[in-house]
Amino acid sequence: MSLDRSAAAYWKANIRVISICLVIWALVSIGFGIVLRPLLAMLPITIGGTDLGFWFAQQGSILTFIALIFYYTWYMNRLDREFGVDEQE
Amino acid sequence: MDQFTLNLIVVGATFALYIGIAIWARAGTTADYYAASRGINPVVNGAATAADWMSAASFISMAGLIAFVGYDNSTFLMGWTGGYVLLALLLAPYLRKFGRFTVPEFIGDRFYSTTARIVAVVCLLVISITYVIGQMTGAGVAFSRFLEVQNTTGLLIASTVVFIYAVLGGMKGITYTQLAQYCVLITAYTIPAVFISLQLTGNPVPPLGLFSTHAESGLPLLTKLDQVLTELGFHDYTGHHGSTLNMVLFTMSLMVGTAGLPHVIIRFFTVPRVADARRSAGWALVFIALLYLTAPAVGAMAKLNIITTIYPDGTAAEPIRYDDKPDWMLNWEQTGLLAFEDKNEDGRLQYYNDTSEEFASVAEARGWEGNEIVTFNRDILVLANPEIAQLPGWVLALIAAGGLAAALSTAAGLLLAISSAISHDLLKSVFMPKITDRQELMAARVSMGFAIVLATYLGMNPPGFAAQVVALAFGLAAATLFPALMMGIFSKKMNTQGAVAGMLVGLIATLLYIFTYLGWFFIPGTNMLPNEPGYWLFGISPLSFGAVGAILNFAAAIVVMKLTAPPPERIQELVESIRVPRGASGAIDH
Repeated sequence: MSLDRSAAAYWKANIRVISICLVIWALVSIGFGIVLRPLLAMLPITIGGTDLGFWFAQQGSILTFIALIFYYTWYMNRLDREFGVDEQE
Repeated sequence: MDQFTLNLIVVGATFALYIGIAIWARAGTTADYYAASRGINPVVNGAATAADWMSAASFISMAGLIAFVGYDNSTFLMGWTGGYVLLALLLAPYLRKFGRFTVPEFIGDRFYSTTARIVAVVCLLVISITYVIGQMTGAGVAFSRFLEVQNTTGLLIASTVVFIYAVLGGMKGITYTQLAQYCVLITAYTIPAVFISLQLTGNPVPPLGLFSTHAESGLPLLTKLDQVLTELGFHDYTGHHGSTLNMVLFTMSLMVGTAGLPHVIIRFFTVPRVADARRSAGWALVFIALLYLTAPAVGAMAKLNIITTIYPDGTAAEPIRYDDKPDWMLNWEQTGLLAFEDKNEDGRLQYYNDTSEEFASVAEARGWEGNEIVTFNRDILVLANPEIAQLPGWVLALIAAGGLAAALSTAAGLLLAISSAISHDLLKSVFMPKITDRQELMAARVSMGFAIVLATYLGMNPPGFAAQVVALAFGLAAATLFPALMMGIFSKKMNTQGAVAGMLVGLIATLLYIFTYLGWFFIPGTNMLPNEPGYWLFGISPLSFGAVGAILNFAAAIVVMKLTAPPPERIQELVESIRVPRGASGAIDH
């Protein structure tokens, strides 16, 4: 982390992590679950008698969403403390 | 003891619990009433949000919704969960930091304009009232089904119970009843699901069972399901059959719409800290996922189980005789949710796709003269499960209590969003700014009473478009409130003119598109174009238009912002301050 402790730097770091999370968010649902499903189907992986895209559409996307929110929460709590903008008890 | 008495006891006990909680958690101030004094534990708020979110339709119809269509309806699973990522990352923490009571209040303050606030109130009322009609009708149906009363009587009982705990407890009462309702509904949903999964796959965890081996045939469950469905002339379950563009846009509309629903957003005003708002969204999704991961498994398993019951020796052999039908089919036939007709009078029950042209020759060769399950309501897949799995009567009674809990919790959340918009955004801020906290609390209770009476009336006389209203609510939430809230946080330069123009463009474009195909105000026959894919603009279904409406909202807002004066310095400072957690007002002690 840079030494820049300004509000602008905090916000920039936040936008960066939000962008990464939202790319993953779209990739696992709209991507793997719908648009990229035919591509995934070409992989030699089957799950429960069907292709990976079906699993992402029915379960994988939801599990990834949960992981994303908790990751973001953990990341932001750390970022808040680093920049000294966390809520004090 | 008969099933009816058992239902009555279990449902009665849960109602007594809800009312007891309301008396314990009654509201003393407006902060209590609107936001439970911001003292709710984030995990508790997660469970309350899950109950707030999951309606009677999620509980009773979701499994069937997916099972009768297959893969293509995965849109509902992704759409109704993906919105929580948007909430946690883009809205909830900042709106909590802002620290007020309603969604229009944020829009009014951030865009320094009463006009913007009133436009937001109008959007909120259209969204929440259309949504609540569906919930009230759902509650009426659930009551009549489980307690053998008239729809209207059921609706009145539901309204009375909600009236007691919502008017008394406000957000505080609603939160703790929603917590109890979540526990009831998830238990009721899970027990039969575990048993049907054990029965079909030997795996006690339904979401794992969905992707494991079908015990009877030794094939993977989904392969077996694809196989029996195609052998009966239906689409395969796992295949993609609709338009990809519509699937993408519909999923996006549900996601963005979820994040823009006021009754969901206000739940995040109840936690003590900004960090809790983020965490609470994660817990909400965990609690929602417990049902949403189970529902597609229940749907697929129940569907397969019903087909193998009808064709005990495989689809190539003869189906069962009418005389050999299992008891649960007889029981549900009496409710009208299942109906059979022996069209070829051979005494055997043929279930197949009689609309498939390719399959017609097979059916003819076998002497079949039409699908003999003439009514096959999708709710059966959840409702009949306890009997299919041969579980005791109290499990069915629990399903009844669960379905009612789902309907009541969602209705209460919506009614609070409606009544606080009226008492706080209209009365307190526009018409009677001088009223005291006590008077405003009374006003909030009176508006809640009115909202319940209105919702009950509309539930009894649904304006003929009940089926479309939920889609409308999501489309409008996506096209109006979500973009305004997001730009209010992420763009310091967004001004009144831009936000108002964006909301109006989103609102009008979405309404026009929906009305063009579904009729003006949903009045049948007034649609200007037939509601068929050939007539849709770029093939976009009216139900998927919310995502397009949201894009139009963003575009209009940005263009108008560039042409008009930037917001004053103090607003830019306000935006700076909501972007950092420090300085949030904590829980309110009193």
